[in-house]
Amino acid sequence: MVESSVNFAKASSAALKDPQLRANFRRAMDGLMSKRAVQFADTAEWNGVRTLAASVRMRALSKLPELLEQLEANCTKNGIQVHWASTTDEANAIVLSIMQRVNAKLVVKGKSMVTEEMHLNAFLEQHGIESLESDLGEYIVQLDEAMPSHIIMPAIHMNTKQIAHLFKQKIKEAEYTEDVAQLTDLARRVLRRKFATADVGMSGVNAAVAQTGTLCLIENEGNGRMCTTVPPVHIAVMGLEKVVEKLEDVPPIISLLPRSATGQPITTYVNMITSPRKPGEKDGPREIHLVILDNGRSNVYADAELRDTLRCIRCGACMNHCPVYTKVGGHAYEAPYPGPIGKILVPQMEGLAKRGEMPHACTMCNACVEICPVKIPIVEIMGRLRAEAVHPGNAVKDAGARGSKAEAMVWKGWSTTYASPTAYRFATALLAKLGNAAPSSLPLLKEWTNVRSKPRFAARTLHDLAREKGIPDV
Amino acid sequence: MSEPQNSGARNTILSKLRASRDAHPVPPVASDFTVLREKRWDPAERLERIKRLMEAVHTEFIEATEQDWPAVVQDFLAREGARTLLFAPATPDGAALAKGWTANQPELVPYDGEVETFKERLFDGIDAGITSTLGAIAETGSLVLWPTAEEPRLLSLVPHMHLALLRADQLHDTLWQVMTEKGWAAGMPTNALLISGPSKTADIEQTLAYGVHGPKRLVVVIIK
Repeated sequence: MVESSVNFAKASSAALKDPQLRANFRRAMDGLMSKRAVQFADTAEWNGVRTLAASVRMRALSKLPELLEQLEANCTKNGIQVHWASTTDEANAIVLSIMQRVNAKLVVKGKSMVTEEMHLNAFLEQHGIESLESDLGEYIVQLDEAMPSHIIMPAIHMNTKQIAHLFKQKIKEAEYTEDVAQLTDLARRVLRRKFATADVGMSGVNAAVAQTGTLCLIENEGNGRMCTTVPPVHIAVMGLEKVVEKLEDVPPIISLLPRSATGQPITTYVNMITSPRKPGEKDGPREIHLVILDNGRSNVYADAELRDTLRCIRCGACMNHCPVYTKVGGHAYEAPYPGPIGKILVPQMEGLAKRGEMPHACTMCNACVEICPVKIPIVEIMGRLRAEAVHPGNAVKDAGARGSKAEAMVWKGWSTTYASPTAYRFATALLAKLGNAAPSSLPLLKEWTNVRSKPRFAARTLHDLAREKGIPDV
Repeated sequence: MSEPQNSGARNTILSKLRASRDAHPVPPVASDFTVLREKRWDPAERLERIKRLMEAVHTEFIEATEQDWPAVVQDFLAREGARTLLFAPATPDGAALAKGWTANQPELVPYDGEVETFKERLFDGIDAGITSTLGAIAETGSLVLWPTAEEPRLLSLVPHMHLALLRADQLHDTLWQVMTEKGWAAGMPTNALLISGPSKTADIEQTLAYGVHGPKRLVVVIIK
């Protein structure tokens, strides 16, 4: 089982040796952190809105099944067709069946992390449907045949020069330029033709309001509005945790998400969609479909402690503030969600056999917890998942998969040694004498030393020195 | 309209969630909206703040009166070299615009049919579009739009320049106040929108660029 696991250690070592990548991330994350800090200069305001937003998310989770039913009923009343999917395969099949019915050849997509979970683009291409990302960052990443490296800024791992080369290479009419305005304008021209001719538009959902059956989407570029307004059919996909109870619950989320994510007071567009085109209206899709996806979320919900993972509003601030993410970048995680939230969410979705390493890619410095706009106890959940990975149980998929007899023995030995003064003195004296001579390639020891320098042992133990100073043993 | 509703998945998901919630119920959570309720600006400060926030993201402002705004808009567009202005003929503002327009320069184009009948022209042959607003929000510098059958959604999105009429007596403090005081939850429109500037992106090395998919320019016409 563990053989098939994703090897973060290997991928991150490679990333650490790429100075361009590290410079790109360092620069971007420093900028995002300082812009965010400016937005939350008023501590009382931050505390107030943050407490409110956390309560909105906790309240939604406290009534989750009822709110999902209410959302479904109100959407249906408004003319939005609701579909449910337990797995990403089911979600893909639902999307495909809608597309096949309307004979779709081209779908334009707004940014949606759930469709990344679904690997929807690859799936649709297999079925002969062109699936085009229209968020500029996602468009760049798709041209590059890569994955997003950040949930808010998908192409943050690339610099302008790299994007300029990519455009020249992949877009027929492109002239080589490193002028960002010209690169942006080129994407505008290419994508406008696609918006005008697409058969289906797809989007994610930032919040779905049970009370009114409204889908809220925030964005800066206008591609989200294009995807949800121009094509005759709109398909929105959401994780089942995205529901909120009331319309008035939306403002606190909108207040915190853009400020946390990119340090802007609000996104250019806040788009609230409540129905397809009504008789007499001149534009807007004639059909709207909402696909509600589980993909492991109901398992996360089943555990009272892990449940807090589902509060997340996907602002990405935890990535921006993570010392590990900043150094290795998003691709090293090889997951749809990188960074702190990814390290607790992805193992719960995909299981600890495949993703058991992720919760260890954390220094437990707590920076993410301090800035999380909905107060997710990320580090506590990280610790819990480390334990779940080595203890068989039912709370998380593949719990116990990373349990190893050798590791269990080491810890058992460690605790026995620490519980017995004689054993402890013997062990420390031994290390003081022989520790420096032991090669770092010894079995067990090398698990530690292959990513760390081996500690240098002092010639005499602390106990020894203390005794010499006349401090008595307890 | 006949995709399977996948009631199997629906029932599995809902019953699992219900069982989990009942096994580990969360105590009722109350939300205190005081922090939003208390965000207030002096009426005189509101316009100032809206202008400052929106200008910071490249929004342009021009001023007019209830009598002269069509002429002010026409002068502005002529100066900017716009050849076409898309408008909503069946709204009161649209009627006033048409009435105050002289010499059809720039050309007034009515958005009076379904989008399918003129998609090509909409995307390729229109320089500017003009809409009304339901006011603006001081906290974030945002226009409030509720597109209607008479004033369609794409009017504020596809043309390269979006002109928005803002009455100076329709300025609010926060989104929360607008939606609660106006009772939005009792009847949401097909699409409700906040617009806080021209379309923008920072997806290339965090360098801000305007006009990526939506309007390249947003011009607010303040009517005093």
